[in-house]
Amino acid sequence: MECLSHPALVLLFPLTGILWNTFFGFKFKKYAGYIASGMIFLSFLISTILFFHHSQSNVVWTKDLYTWIRVGNLDISISFLIDPLSIVMLLVVTSVSLVVHIYSIGYMKEDEGFVRFFIYLNLFVLSMLLLVSANNFLMMFIGWECVGLCSYLLIGFWYKERAPVFAGKKAFIVNRIGDFGFLCGIILIFLNFGVLDFITVSQHVNNINPVIITVICFLLFLGCIGKSAQIPLYIWLPDAMEGPTPVSALIHAATMVTAGVYLVARCNFLFGLSPCAMNLVAITGVLTAFFSATIAITNTDMKRILAYSTISQLGYMFFACGIGAYSAGIFHLATHAFFKGLLFLAAGSVMHSLSGELNIFKMGNLSKYTPYTFWTFIIAGLAISGFPGLSGFFSKDKILISAFSSGKYLLWLSGLFTAYITAFYIFRMIMLIFFTTERFDREKRQHTHESPYIMTIPLIILALLSIIAGYIPIPEYLSRVLPEPSFVLPSSTKHLLELLSVVVCLAGIVTAFLIYQKNIISSSRIKQKFLKLYTLLFNKYYVDEFYDELIVKPVNRFSLEFKNKIDDLLIDGLFVNGSGLVIKLTGLLTNLMQTGYIRHYVLFILAGMIIILVIIL
Amino acid sequence: MGILSLLIFLPVIGSIVLLFLPKEKEYHIRAIAFAFTIVTLFTGIRTLILFDSSLAGFQLVEIKEWIPNLGAKYHLGIDGISILLVLLTVFLSPICVLASSAITKSVKSFHISLLLLETAMLGVFLSLDVLLFYIFWEFMLIPMAIFIGIWGSGNRIYAAIKFFLFTMAGSVFLLFGLIALYIIHYKHTGILSLYLPDFYNTHSHLGKLFFLFISFGFAIKVPLWPFHTWLPDAHTEAPTAGSVILAGILLKMGVYGFLRIAIPVFPEESQYFAPYILGLSIIGIIFGGLVAMKQSDVKRLVAYSSVSHLGFVMLGVFSFNLQGITGSIIQMINHGINTGLLFLLVGMIYERRHTREIADINGLAVSMPRYSSIFVITTLASMALPGTNGFIGEFLCLVGGFKYNPLSGFLASLGVIVSAMYLLLVNQKVIFGRPTGNNVNLKDLSIREWIVLVPLVSFIFLIGLYPLPFIKLIETTILEYVK
Amino acid sequence: MSLVCVFGTSLLLFCIGLIGILTRRNIIIVLLSIELMLTACNISFVAGSRLVSNIDGEIIVLFTIAISAAEAALGLSLAILWARLTGTTDIDSISLLRG
Repeated sequence: MECLSHPALVLLFPLTGILWNTFFGFKFKKYAGYIASGMIFLSFLISTILFFHHSQSNVVWTKDLYTWIRVGNLDISISFLIDPLSIVMLLVVTSVSLVVHIYSIGYMKEDEGFVRFFIYLNLFVLSMLLLVSANNFLMMFIGWECVGLCSYLLIGFWYKERAPVFAGKKAFIVNRIGDFGFLCGIILIFLNFGVLDFITVSQHVNNINPVIITVICFLLFLGCIGKSAQIPLYIWLPDAMEGPTPVSALIHAATMVTAGVYLVARCNFLFGLSPCAMNLVAITGVLTAFFSATIAITNTDMKRILAYSTISQLGYMFFACGIGAYSAGIFHLATHAFFKGLLFLAAGSVMHSLSGELNIFKMGNLSKYTPYTFWTFIIAGLAISGFPGLSGFFSKDKILISAFSSGKYLLWLSGLFTAYITAFYIFRMIMLIFFTTERFDREKRQHTHESPYIMTIPLIILALLSIIAGYIPIPEYLSRVLPEPSFVLPSSTKHLLELLSVVVCLAGIVTAFLIYQKNIISSSRIKQKFLKLYTLLFNKYYVDEFYDELIVKPVNRFSLEFKNKIDDLLIDGLFVNGSGLVIKLTGLLTNLMQTGYIRHYVLFILAGMIIILVIIL
Repeated sequence: MGILSLLIFLPVIGSIVLLFLPKEKEYHIRAIAFAFTIVTLFTGIRTLILFDSSLAGFQLVEIKEWIPNLGAKYHLGIDGISILLVLLTVFLSPICVLASSAITKSVKSFHISLLLLETAMLGVFLSLDVLLFYIFWEFMLIPMAIFIGIWGSGNRIYAAIKFFLFTMAGSVFLLFGLIALYIIHYKHTGILSLYLPDFYNTHSHLGKLFFLFISFGFAIKVPLWPFHTWLPDAHTEAPTAGSVILAGILLKMGVYGFLRIAIPVFPEESQYFAPYILGLSIIGIIFGGLVAMKQSDVKRLVAYSSVSHLGFVMLGVFSFNLQGITGSIIQMINHGINTGLLFLLVGMIYERRHTREIADINGLAVSMPRYSSIFVITTLASMALPGTNGFIGEFLCLVGGFKYNPLSGFLASLGVIVSAMYLLLVNQKVIFGRPTGNNVNLKDLSIREWIVLVPLVSFIFLIGLYPLPFIKLIETTILEYVK
Repeated sequence: MSLVCVFGTSLLLFCIGLIGILTRRNIIIVLLSIELMLTACNISFVAGSRLVSNIDGEIIVLFTIAISAAEAALGLSLAILWARLTGTTDIDSISLLRG
């Protein structure tokens, strides 16, 4: 047991998977998926062992592997930090990854890039595990950037098409903007603390000027905004849906995008000292939660709805962290990983049965054809809506209660309203996919079928996890390392708030039911009535267009102008070739004297002699 | 004969041997050139073994009288600043020979030039005598200009002349500065000496002027923005091996000159001018990247990325602290590896497609999957993804920059975004997408090309994941240097 | 006869030669003018030698005469070659060094 509880082992298995599949995977194509999944299973096993081993000893472990960089006082090791926070993350990451890996064996079976897909997936898991088990900022940054790389590679997995490649590039560049902030934050931490490992930094945090702490927090949060797709950098995530669906489930819903939340929770000792940064986190979170939820209402693309929903739920998590309820945030992170992963995988199953259809208005009545998918989708939908008894209810409620008790009523209210919208758009989607009338083509109907077991069993596993995750005392476990908000509410208020959440959730579901199933409220009439609002939402607040006009095009134009005017014309043209030209012209002028006639030369000599004589005399 | 002399003159011996071969025997010429570069590589490794990284000063020193009337000596030595650059030189040379199989025009002269170039580069890094240094410095121009002028493509004569005159102009100022130093030193001490460390900490009321003279010569070689416009032309027209050496080693000589001569000789003046030079470096980092994004020629794009990367190096150098200078040396090595790789890769595609226009090349991931994976890895290393070598250097340079002045570090960090922009653009346009036209049926990497690429790629990961040995090698010297 | 007279003659002769070079177009005449200038030099050399009672000047004159003979021979042969080649002895027809 002792030797099995080294955190490096968790990383070793995905690494083995990558190496095996890189060098031998193309020879043993059939087994690539099983090997990759098996490696993740072993990682999961080691994480579980770590959990049990650690919960007995109940201290924070650090394990050094080797010194990575040492220049003067800059001393950075590859070393691991094992505490409840990282263990929760390790377990969530490995379990969801395992399920997604197994699912992918079925989903990607026909794809020509089967082996490549599993190499990327394993690489992703490796990077993500590196991120969550890192003992210092810089090592975390390795994982942080590498998950971004995997995201880039996997979004652009179908590289022959234009859109995925473009989306991948967009994701990477937007992420890089965040990473820029993170990197600057790391360097500032090093300059002020002299070290980069979490424990030492947390011990010395009180000796540092609070203004600097706030600056550091802002920079770190810029990294979170980029990675976790918050306002204003969320634009990459909806486009990221161009990638294969298992990727959307694993990377763009369950794990990678939550890295920002993890970072804020991990750096609670920094954020805790800066009320300003905390407020920023909370407000950004709520705003993102609200706005992206509203965008999801009108969208017709199944995966994009889920993407906006992910952004919105991530907003919730930041909201929780921003009001100091870190454990609630991480709790929501864990439950969200299960039910949102499930939603995506189920959506993938829907696509699978409808040969890739994404428009929810071209589906309908699928519950008849795909029972497993249907039931698991319903469970996940109920969970994300906060239906009582399911995991989402517990975590979301905890956030809302913390918000209420912290006295930020406005934020709480918008959180509550977002919960209503969430329930509504999720059930709008469910109604349109699984109920109502069949709207897909006749020829597709013959192919419509339930997915194979290798895809449905992962769905069932995740459905079970979505149900039971709420009963696991994750917040209590996390409270060993994460600070808890100090305010306590009387239990009667608490119950009242819980009741309110239930009502809100049911109201959302009922609204969707009335509009889309019963047609009691006509959706088209609402559309007509609020046409302006509808177009605004349908066009996602024109944010993409806005960025395009405000940033992308000016940068492009500026670069072109700079290249043409400054570099080519001014520097190269005027200075470099210009000076060459001057010399050339001088040569041409003096050339005029070389007539070739001896008489002229003699005359020049004579003139020269006379001039010399004049000067001498 | 000491090992450093051996290192310098082995390639010369090789070129003399080549002289006696009839020029039709191309295979033998290639083989012998390769053999000599390999022997030089082993001599380099032997030097590494003899090198004691715990000592700060010059090691393996060789002194012989040369021109007593001038005080010039044949004086060689190696220390932490030069060791990695020497190793990079001997490492890249055999790769260049291997990568030049597409050269069919006057193979013999090509390899003779290549070997002479190697000698000149090693001479620059190993000379401790200013006259010797300057001779090697100038000598290097000749084979390089010949490279571009004879084996280049398209607009090669223009590029060769531009390269030659541009760097020559810098060298003239450098010569002024060096002669001034020589005379100042003579006036102060009455001793005629050309030993470089004798000039350290020179005080003169014209110090600023002389610093600018010397810096001008080095800045052109680096190239610091706005003295960079020779670089894209030279790179674009040069044959692959020429581009690799140009990017991999020649550019480093400018930085090496700053580290070895300009800064230690004029410490106060360099402090005085540091903000300006840092400003130019940052402009280079950001605008070099932006301009790279708008190039239509792959090689020009890579050349502009060099301007951006060398900006980081200069940032590290002129932060005057341990992290910055260590970072700059590591970054120089990284740039040699990454940009060298990029040029090799572009050269391989040029051999197949005979075009370098980004618009003409597409969908290589379909037709050349292995090539494409190496290409993507290299671009990622070039954009400093953690875990690859690029990150170590860039991070250390940025730490140095932040330490010197947070604002300069902050601005330079923007380069992180810019580099992603132009490198991902290449990936998107060249590697991904559906291949059209002549891009459909392309042969993937041959065994020879694998042999060329694999050593470099393995160094990407080696330095990226375990840079400690490389840092340790240079640390002591730089600690002493920073003092 | 005073030395001034001798130097005057030399100067006069030199100027005649110079004007000959500048104004005449025939190669032969130009060559003759050059000879005239050389002779002027020789005269001033001899005179100068007498003035400082040193024999060096006269020795140099002997050299000059030998060289001018060679030069005249070379010049004439070139002129004949040029005349054969182009059929003209016009000096303005030779401007091959025009830049």
